[in-house]
Amino acid sequence: MSPGRGQWRDAWRRLRRHRPAMAALVYLAVLGAAALLAPHLAPYAYDAQDLALGATPPSAAHWFGTDVFGRDLFTRVLYGARVSLLVGLVATAVALCIGVLWGTVAGYLGGRVDAVMMRIVDILYGLPFILFVILLLVVFGRHLVLLFLAIGAVEWLTMARIVRAQVMSLRHQEFVLAARSMGFSTPRILFRHIVPNTWGPVIVYTTLTIPNVILLESFLSFLGLGVQPPAASWGLLISHGVESMEAYPWLLLFPALALFTTLLALNTLGDGLRDALDPKTAGDAP
Amino acid sequence: MLRFIAGRLLQAIPVLWVIVTLTFFLVRLAPGGPFDTERAVSPEVRAALEAHYGLDAPLWRQYLDYLAGVLRGDFGPSFKYANRSVTELIAAGFPVTAELGLWALSIAVLLGVGAGLIAALRPRRWPDHLAMSAAMLGICLPSFVLGPLLALLFGIVLGWLPVSGWGLTPGDKILPALTLGAGYAAYLARLTRGGLLEMLSQDFVRTARAKGAGELRVLLVHALRGGLVPVVAFLGPAAAGLLAGSFVVETVFQIPGLGRFFVQAAFNRDYTMVMGMTVFFSTLIVLFNLLADIALVWLDPRLRGAAGQGGGR
Amino acid sequence: MRHLIAAGLLIGLGLLGGCSGGQDLPAGVLRIGNGTEPQDLDPHVTTGLPEYRIQLALFEGLVAKDPRTLEPVPAVARHWTVSDDGLRYTFELRPEARWSNGDAVTADDFVFSFRRLLTPALGGEYAYMLYPIVNARAYHLGQIDDFAAVGVRAPDPHTLVIELEHPVPYFLQLLDHHSAYPVHRPTIEAFGAQARRGTAWTRPGNLVGNGPFVLREWSVNRRIVVEPNPHYWNAGAVHLPAIAFLPVEDANTQERMFRGGQLDIVLGGLNPDKIEYYRRERPQALRVSPAYATYYYEFNTRRPPFDDPRVRRALAMAIDREAIVERVTRGGQRPAAALTPPDPYGYRPPEALRFDPEAARALLAEAGYPDGRGFPPFEVLYNTAEMHQRIAVAIQQMWKRHLNIEARLTNMEWKVYLAARNDGEFDVARAGWVGDFLDPINFLELLSGYSGNNHSGWSDPRFDALLEQSNRERDRARRYALLQEAERLAMEAMPVIPIYYYSNVQLVSERVQGWHDNLLDYHPYLGVRLDRAAD
Repeated sequence: MSPGRGQWRDAWRRLRRHRPAMAALVYLAVLGAAALLAPHLAPYAYDAQDLALGATPPSAAHWFGTDVFGRDLFTRVLYGARVSLLVGLVATAVALCIGVLWGTVAGYLGGRVDAVMMRIVDILYGLPFILFVILLLVVFGRHLVLLFLAIGAVEWLTMARIVRAQVMSLRHQEFVLAARSMGFSTPRILFRHIVPNTWGPVIVYTTLTIPNVILLESFLSFLGLGVQPPAASWGLLISHGVESMEAYPWLLLFPALALFTTLLALNTLGDGLRDALDPKTAGDAP
Repeated sequence: MLRFIAGRLLQAIPVLWVIVTLTFFLVRLAPGGPFDTERAVSPEVRAALEAHYGLDAPLWRQYLDYLAGVLRGDFGPSFKYANRSVTELIAAGFPVTAELGLWALSIAVLLGVGAGLIAALRPRRWPDHLAMSAAMLGICLPSFVLGPLLALLFGIVLGWLPVSGWGLTPGDKILPALTLGAGYAAYLARLTRGGLLEMLSQDFVRTARAKGAGELRVLLVHALRGGLVPVVAFLGPAAAGLLAGSFVVETVFQIPGLGRFFVQAAFNRDYTMVMGMTVFFSTLIVLFNLLADIALVWLDPRLRGAAGQGGGR
Repeated sequence: MRHLIAAGLLIGLGLLGGCSGGQDLPAGVLRIGNGTEPQDLDPHVTTGLPEYRIQLALFEGLVAKDPRTLEPVPAVARHWTVSDDGLRYTFELRPEARWSNGDAVTADDFVFSFRRLLTPALGGEYAYMLYPIVNARAYHLGQIDDFAAVGVRAPDPHTLVIELEHPVPYFLQLLDHHSAYPVHRPTIEAFGAQARRGTAWTRPGNLVGNGPFVLREWSVNRRIVVEPNPHYWNAGAVHLPAIAFLPVEDANTQERMFRGGQLDIVLGGLNPDKIEYYRRERPQALRVSPAYATYYYEFNTRRPPFDDPRVRRALAMAIDREAIVERVTRGGQRPAAALTPPDPYGYRPPEALRFDPEAARALLAEAGYPDGRGFPPFEVLYNTAEMHQRIAVAIQQMWKRHLNIEARLTNMEWKVYLAARNDGEFDVARAGWVGDFLDPINFLELLSGYSGNNHSGWSDPRFDALLEQSNRERDRARRYALLQEAERLAMEAMPVIPIYYYSNVQLVSERVQGWHDNLLDYHPYLGVRLDRAAD
């Protein structure tokens, strides 16, 4: 029951047999590598303008076409992946850590601690986010770390609520009671017995949070936080693409496609992970 | 149950107080005041405006006055919309946004939970893949993309539905509700599927299955309740978020709702409006989270906690 | 629990079935996309264009403008005389002018209205429009309490005399501004003190105006509807059964509503890609005309290296304005060689600026930055908007290519941007100015040492003296020569980089008749028709 070293190895073994998940993993790895190596792979410079060229549809020279400045869209999507994947992963990880910890503790301890912790969540839900971001910006200036902070600050709340609900329904199950009667410490029970059983919804919600975060980044850019032009991110490319989607549909299509495939891969991987990590299905594995 | 509800309502008082206090100072700390415009405003005019709205008093005084006002149910005049009170503006916008939210939520639940059910019934087969790919698409097309797309397609190209408005021409509610609901439907589909699959692997479900219950029956009777736990936990804040998040849809479809105020008030530094909206919105958050928690208990009586008889039913 | 659900369902059903208020507009109503929800309709309180467009229907000043020529034409005043020294204006009010409740519009109404605007407690942001009047400024600043000392008199109900501090060649144009509109004293006083802002007098049913239309409906964030005023003196020129002003904030939504037949007129904000579409598909509906407005970048001359005029000129000369208007804005804008746009009265801004990368590089080298070496990194501040960003991205690249210097783009939300600009917390900031009336002074004052709108920190006593001198000059040609000299002086120092003169881009349905394009984007509703045969 306790996910020791061996269990992780088992999980990895099970994951490797999950074909769609492995395909997704490969796709994400290739994408990540391409993003990292963007300066070497990109056919053009991401900010190289050709005003005379302007927006042109996809062609042999420009696979995804060019934008109104004549910049190569393929290059910009590739560069955009760097920011977007980074923001997506880091901010989601922040939200995941805080949310799971908060939700688990509140849900397991219950009573007054739970009440106080969840009311704090209510308070954070209630504060006007725009003002929070503006103040953050004014006090600390624009910085990528702030972006993670701002996004993490809102995204962990729902995660905490979901985990808490899950933990509350788990804490009276036999295996937890058994662990308690064996005299295991609370942290051990929490992290060895309860948390692993919440992976299902947590993984699902996490994979949903990543695209959300990537799109939220473009809204924060609107407020002045985050990516500044001429740099690109998927969120920004999509929101600019909407502006001229009738005249130049490719400016919306390709960034949206990039986000969509990434999300699809993440979710497939998430499903595979869920199956692989689930202690209950563990025994089912042939 | 009544004690639980009463307790939570009591807890709401300090929650709201903290939110009001933080927001009061937050909004005043933000750079740019309500009377800053593109053109310079002379110091004399500015002083007259600040005196009119009581901004010349010391901050603590303004704060106490504001609290006293809120207790009386008076949110003050809007700084931006000179001849309107905040209460009046909220009263004008809320029914519209609430209706939009309700339609959107209905669509989201219907489409989302439905798709989740279908997916969970045939996991890793084509209905599952189809439903989940549709859900992914829903998430990748945020309302600022989906709204204009739908408006162009159904409003301009096909000419079936009006491109804007709310309750003015027949059918003008369909596109906004669909746009707002789509993103949430996608979330719900994923969460429902995940929650159901989680339940299906539980012992008591396997027992039921072993006893020869049909798959659909297993799903609906045994797994659905527990499987909906994460869905409902998500729905609480989501329902409230639907109201605040309707900003984009209201802008794209020109709907006179509250969401537009919620965002514009912050941009306008309309202090009283920001405060009024925050108090109103926070109250909704508290209420919806309470409703969600009640629903959670109803879905899974173990959550009540006191009994502690362990897992089976 | 069951009860709770039942109650929830009931509330839900009630809401869904409930009427959401409002009905569709009957055919023949002119529907105008009007940007934002008006802050109020009180002409002495509001500051924005969306409000002005509605006030233009609800109120009428002493004079109006001909929408074709922008020359002053009679309105409430049917005739006026100006004294030889240009200091005294005598208006003869038409006796048939009526308020929408039937009361006569009298000279006392104007005295009351001017006094109201100038009352300090009202906080009227446009009170300064009346400052040319004798003692108006002193009264507004609270230096004198007796309004009788202010140069506005009503010797009889149909005569209004206004005395000016100094000749103001464009004074008649100011009287058409909403701040100079009359308001109905009994109505104002029925809803509160005369100098109290935000009372209920501007609500439908309460508002009494003297314009061609009266207020019928005001649904917040939905629409404002006005219908003809039966007491209006020139009711024969009113052909529209009603006008609806829709507060549509999103430019793309506005355009879709126009294409979907839900709007008849869209004023501005059209995406350049859409301009191309209309040029191709509906050229009759697209109206592009020059505007009396300038888009420019402002230097913070207090900060090095922008304290050096050579650096400022170098940056200005490295911008290819042709390319910006032809490739980026693409909406009929004209490259600006100076701050002030040309006007029909003969003002020609000095050709102070040309695109010359060679010379720009030389200037920059002279200032100590050969090939951009050692040039400190700096920020370009702009408020968040698609077009501002596109322009900034293009200019950033031009500076990099031609001068080898690196600009960082910083966008901020509107109020933060305003605060940063006012506090001088910027290196280079985007700015724009729209003239209220046709006169170069509108723009040149932006660079004066006394203007609150001059954020550059640059000032020159010689420049201020020239403006001052022009105020005393009655002859237009000589006055314009002085202003031109002032502008040449300012452009030598280049505290701002003029980029382009705006254009007015409108979508006007082919069914609309009598809608005229002009420099000021001024569109009165008299004589406007909606052709129903073309449906």
